[in-house]
Amino acid sequence: MATLNILIAVSLSYVALLFLVAFIAERLAVRGQARWLRSPLVYTLSLSIYCTAWTFYGAVGYAARSGLEYLTIYIGPTLVMVGWWWALRKMVRVGRAQRVTSIADLISSRYGKSTILAVLVTLMAVVGTTPYIALQLQSVTLSFAAFAGSTEGTPLSDSRSTALWVAVGLALFTVLFGTRNLDANERHHGVVMAIALEAVVKLFALLAVGVFVVWGLSGGIGPMLEQIDASEIGTWQIEGGRWAGLIFLSAAAFLSLPRMFQVLVVENDNEDHLKLASWAFPTYLMLMSLFVVPIAVVGLNRLPPEANPDLFVLTVPLSEGQTGLAMLSFLGGFSSATSMVIVAAIALSTMVSNHIVMPIWLRVAHGGAMVSGDVRNLVLLSRRLSIAAVLLLGYLYYRFSGGGAALAAIGLVSFAGVAQFLPAMLGGLFWRGATRLGALAGLMVGFAVWTWSMLLPSFGPGAILSEAVLAQGPAGIAWLRPQALFGIAGLDPLVHAILWSISLNTLAFVILSLLSFPSPLERLQGAQFVNVFQHSASPQSWAGGGAQSEDLLIMAQRILGPREAQALFQAEARRQGLAGYLPEPSPDFLNALERELSGSVGAATAHAMVGQIVGGASVSVEDLMAVADETAQMMEYSSQLEAKSAELTRTARQLREANEKLTALSVQKDAFLSQISHELRTPMTSIRSFSEILRDTEGLSQQDKGKYSSIIHDEAVRLTRLLDDLLDLSVLENGQVSMNIERGMLLGVLDHAVAATSGTERLTITRETEGERIALRTDLDRLAQVFINLIANAQKYCDAEAPELRIAVRDGAREIAVDFIDNGSGIPRDKQDVVFEKFARVSDQKAGGAGLGLAICREIMLRLGGNVAYLPGQGGAAFRVTLPKSAGSVM
Amino acid sequence: MGKSVLLIEDEPNIIEAVSFILSRDGWKVDTHSNGQTALAAIAEKSPDVVILDVMLPGISGYDILRALREAPETRNLPVLMLTARGQTKDREMAEKAGANRFMTKPFSNAEVLEAVRSLVNA
Repeated sequence: MATLNILIAVSLSYVALLFLVAFIAERLAVRGQARWLRSPLVYTLSLSIYCTAWTFYGAVGYAARSGLEYLTIYIGPTLVMVGWWWALRKMVRVGRAQRVTSIADLISSRYGKSTILAVLVTLMAVVGTTPYIALQLQSVTLSFAAFAGSTEGTPLSDSRSTALWVAVGLALFTVLFGTRNLDANERHHGVVMAIALEAVVKLFALLAVGVFVVWGLSGGIGPMLEQIDASEIGTWQIEGGRWAGLIFLSAAAFLSLPRMFQVLVVENDNEDHLKLASWAFPTYLMLMSLFVVPIAVVGLNRLPPEANPDLFVLTVPLSEGQTGLAMLSFLGGFSSATSMVIVAAIALSTMVSNHIVMPIWLRVAHGGAMVSGDVRNLVLLSRRLSIAAVLLLGYLYYRFSGGGAALAAIGLVSFAGVAQFLPAMLGGLFWRGATRLGALAGLMVGFAVWTWSMLLPSFGPGAILSEAVLAQGPAGIAWLRPQALFGIAGLDPLVHAILWSISLNTLAFVILSLLSFPSPLERLQGAQFVNVFQHSASPQSWAGGGAQSEDLLIMAQRILGPREAQALFQAEARRQGLAGYLPEPSPDFLNALERELSGSVGAATAHAMVGQIVGGASVSVEDLMAVADETAQMMEYSSQLEAKSAELTRTARQLREANEKLTALSVQKDAFLSQISHELRTPMTSIRSFSEILRDTEGLSQQDKGKYSSIIHDEAVRLTRLLDDLLDLSVLENGQVSMNIERGMLLGVLDHAVAATSGTERLTITRETEGERIALRTDLDRLAQVFINLIANAQKYCDAEAPELRIAVRDGAREIAVDFIDNGSGIPRDKQDVVFEKFARVSDQKAGGAGLGLAICREIMLRLGGNVAYLPGQGGAAFRVTLPKSAGSVM
Repeated sequence: MGKSVLLIEDEPNIIEAVSFILSRDGWKVDTHSNGQTALAAIAEKSPDVVILDVMLPGISGYDILRALREAPETRNLPVLMLTARGQTKDREMAEKAGANRFMTKPFSNAEVLEAVRSLVNA
């Protein structure tokens, strides 16, 4: 019991020392005297929170159970650190340029400051980290119990209360040093310093135990190696698949564990620190792993078989009576556990507060950032409550999980959970095409698969998933068996879960990213992240102008505190050369302000708050340049498409017009053929009918015979004329006819035409022959044909009692006009347009013509360079033939 | 026989030829050459058969036929259609309009006689 009391006393003193160190570091940082606090060495030591109690105690247990496999947990981070130039440097640069406060902030910021993503990542981080916190509580409790057990038996209720007290103490420490200020950079000098100290303590403790085991118990390096050779550990085989899976898993977890992100990126003061850390941290890991095997071997050899290998670091010195060494070892384990819990609690509380509590509060409180009241206190309060809640969750998990499972197993489950962030995070850093939808889908799919195939089975068969579900799948669906998804059984459960969760996660992420289109803000942020080394300027600039400096000050006071806010504003006013407290809301200043605020409330919220007051986001020139290329390409493509579309529309219109023309032509052709058919068949009907009558009828009178024969004859003549006209018209229309140009007198042409039509005496023709002495140079026969046609028409259609045709000639300046005017009733106005069409019928009366005459006249006159047109308003039917003067001027 | 035929046709020579053929076969032949008043002529003469030309001045033979088929008293009047347009669609139009027979010009006299006789006997 005495040792136990001493242990408690030592522990309390140690805790007091930590408080003191943290307190001094905070004070020095506030006074600005803390340059040494920001040394690369401290940064490197702070990374050692990767080595939790799991590493301190668990690695030995792991080695005792699975041989050298524990090394994979160190190899992963070592690879990441050695390859820092590739991924880590970019992550840190982006984190600093964007002032991210957590991994949730990083992912949300990359995908257009998405709130949903931030909430999702936060919730996943809480689920993934809680078992790990429980694990730390368990390790402290177990180690405490081991001490107590060496003196007397400890009831279970005691161990529970130990865990509770540890949790309360850690919550207190974290609240005190984790939420002292709302520094824009979200750095916690006190906490980092305390962690660095703890890093030294745990390394020292483990090395001390190791040295004791090798030289104190085994008699030096040589005999130790012999013992290792003799033990089972030395003969363990390396399983390639499991090793690769574990190395990948630990590397992924190193990058995406919230607490690692906190120390790697958020607490990073200077990118150059990575250079030292890139070799110093792997060295630290190597030292931590140096004595793991010897301790395990000695523990297995010396302690009874039922002893828990997870506690060999503690129980080996205890069993040898080395209480002091054991106490140091206890402090080492205690340090490992507490530093992890503190940083994890800070990281988680920042996320919970910034991404869940603050957005809800801003939404619920009307008027957003402009309501009265001190937001600063609210932020602090929400963070403190979040810390308490996180630790409470860890404690409850510890209470209800029973704390039976091996430490390393819980650790790996937790690792695999947070490793689901990796595709969205790395994708966001290196791939412009990654989109919010892709990230959401990847995270959800990965997390679901992880929960199903790893988290739920980890509670053991019958706890949450029944044995039947494990063996046969839910409702007997075999391909959904948690540890043999899609029917692939026989894999190691761990490798199986990692393989499916990460590959399905990545697949969903890539496919949905390719399918979806990013919003403008996402595209900007994508450019900022992926090309962070090209332009590390401000991530998102504000256009000045409408912003009200006073409103901004009021808001900033509430978040940063009145003194800090006023100092910030006054400094800016001075820099701008203004008297008084209020600076101009220049874009630079607004960016700086947003940066300050984002440390307190997260990037998305800060952006929204400034945006509420300034009104509207705008972008900096660099940002615009970054997306301008793409936009230009898209515009060019789009204008090409437009041009093509216009061209197609034009072509379509032309085609439509051509089609309409063709359709019209086709209709015309049909009508023409139909007409021809009719005009040919009608005379042939008479001919056939009467020739049959003549042939078949006996006893016809001579008179009838003569009558019928002359009908046949007339119809045959009619047919011949029709065919002649058709051929004539066809030749004229096709332009195949050659005009026979001669010299002559108009008088002579008219004389010829009148003579040719003088068969009937019914029509009286009046002429003024004097005026007809005009010299012509044209096709005289064709012109005569036109005149004959016009005179014949008058003979046929003039309906006057005493038909008369007057032929009037006018010798104009440019053309010669010959008018044919009769004294009939003329052509009705509505028919005047169609008389020149083929087969046009003006009247119902039969006149023997096929309706082609005027069409032929018009064709001829067009060939001769003149025209023939109907002349309205002349009393009777009147046609004017015009001839070009040039054709007739030569004499 | 004493049956009567009304020929509605505008070509004088065809009117003469058809009248001659049918008269010699013992038919009472009336002719009408104005399409506009054809319906009135049919109502007045109430013939046993109508021979109807398609292309009449001012009106189509199809229109006359449709009007005949709409009126109850002439719905079943036998009609022989004549056309000088020999295309398939003309035949289709004639059938659609309700012609009992359809004949393309030029026709043989025997054909016309046979057609008119069969229309009356049917």
